[in-house]
Amino acid sequence: MAEEVKLFGKWASPFCCRIEVALKLKGVEYEYIEEDMLNKSPALLNYNPVHKKIPVLVHNGKPIAESLVIMEYIDETWKHNPILPIDPFEKAMARFWAKFIDDKFWALWPGVKKAITSSGEKEREEGIEEAQLHLNALETQLKEKKFFGGEKLGFVEISASLLIWIVVFQEVMGVEILTQEKFPALHKLTQKFVDDDVFKQCVPPWEPLVAYFKAQWGTLAASK
Amino acid sequence: MADEIALLSTWPSMFGMRVRVALAEKGLKYEYREEDLRNKSPLLLLMNPVHKKIPVLIHNGKPISESMIIVEYIDEVWNHKSPLLPTDPFQRAQARFWADYVDKKLYDTAKKIIWSTKGEEQETGKKEFIECLKLLEGELGDDPYFGGENFGFVDVSLVTFSCWFHTFESYGNFSIETECPKLVAWTKRCLEKESVSSSLADPHKIHDFASGVRKRLGIE
Repeated sequence: MAEEVKLFGKWASPFCCRIEVALKLKGVEYEYIEEDMLNKSPALLNYNPVHKKIPVLVHNGKPIAESLVIMEYIDETWKHNPILPIDPFEKAMARFWAKFIDDKFWALWPGVKKAITSSGEKEREEGIEEAQLHLNALETQLKEKKFFGGEKLGFVEISASLLIWIVVFQEVMGVEILTQEKFPALHKLTQKFVDDDVFKQCVPPWEPLVAYFKAQWGTLAASK
Repeated sequence: MADEIALLSTWPSMFGMRVRVALAEKGLKYEYREEDLRNKSPLLLLMNPVHKKIPVLIHNGKPISESMIIVEYIDEVWNHKSPLLPTDPFQRAQARFWADYVDKKLYDTAKKIIWSTKGEEQETGKKEFIECLKLLEGELGDDPYFGGENFGFVDVSLVTFSCWFHTFESYGNFSIETECPKLVAWTKRCLEKESVSSSLADPHKIHDFASGVRKRLGIE
């Protein structure tokens, strides 16, 4: 039976980008289905009734949700070009750092949201400082070269690609959060993604991405 | 060389208990070290400098943190008996998804029931908690375990919450058995296993512990 691989996603989502990178690294052909998150398709609601979110990978009719779970599934199903290390300890470390990156990304949000929606300069600055606290944690770990073991894109590197979105956010907000000065290691990493051949195919084009978030957050700021 | 295994944890932690269950399932001997979270040991700070949290498993000097990551590590290294994850990639993905669901949803909603100072927040927590349990109960279906015929990964992730049920019920003023009878039946089934009964804390001791914390927080 021919393989049928579908990816339900959103072009502007960093979590979706991770899955596309993983599939491309494995050379897996797939059908991409763009979801409108304000008008979710019956298919998406059927495939991810628990969270009703993207990305969802559907392989021969069977759905898998949650980006890190999907990445592990991809690695276990298409075994060539492994994304995760083979050694159990190294694997545990990779899982730990991917989770750490996710946790920090979500932890950034309240600060970023505060900075976007605040009308007061003081509040805006507070928001930026809060976001930078979490970036600091990421920067510290990166500096000590705890992850990013090599040239090859692995589980942690692919997970970390959502850091590019922070650079997008700062352009949208018109504030510098992730500066080369304050976060040299993180900055260097985002450059690595931008230069990589596989990532280039998966990361959405810059201008439309910035425009998209500007529109989204314009609504957010206005509704406050 | 004999394996050297140590576990840093605290006795009431449902996360630490998950690791104990996994180690017991595999029949492994280990050194247990009780941590005082208000006075963390130099070893804990050294072994988990990023989060400074328990549980931490130390295997031949190498530390692993985050309870379900530890459980998966244990399952991969000691794969000679009691596999916790299935071999099929899709079933493994399902198991990881549900363990992730327990982690993302259950703890935060439960916290609102017992540590909240506001009545409204507590009610919301209780409602969300019951919804989560009902969803999990649905997922269990008619199988004896989340792992199907055998006790597995998702069972480990959830069963350790069961010794806290009495505490949630007491402070939330509700009965989990009334809301989710199948799930409570599942907890009793799991407790028949030596690995679970020897790893879970006594529910009454947990209640006393929670009471002590609430007094310290000034909500009791």
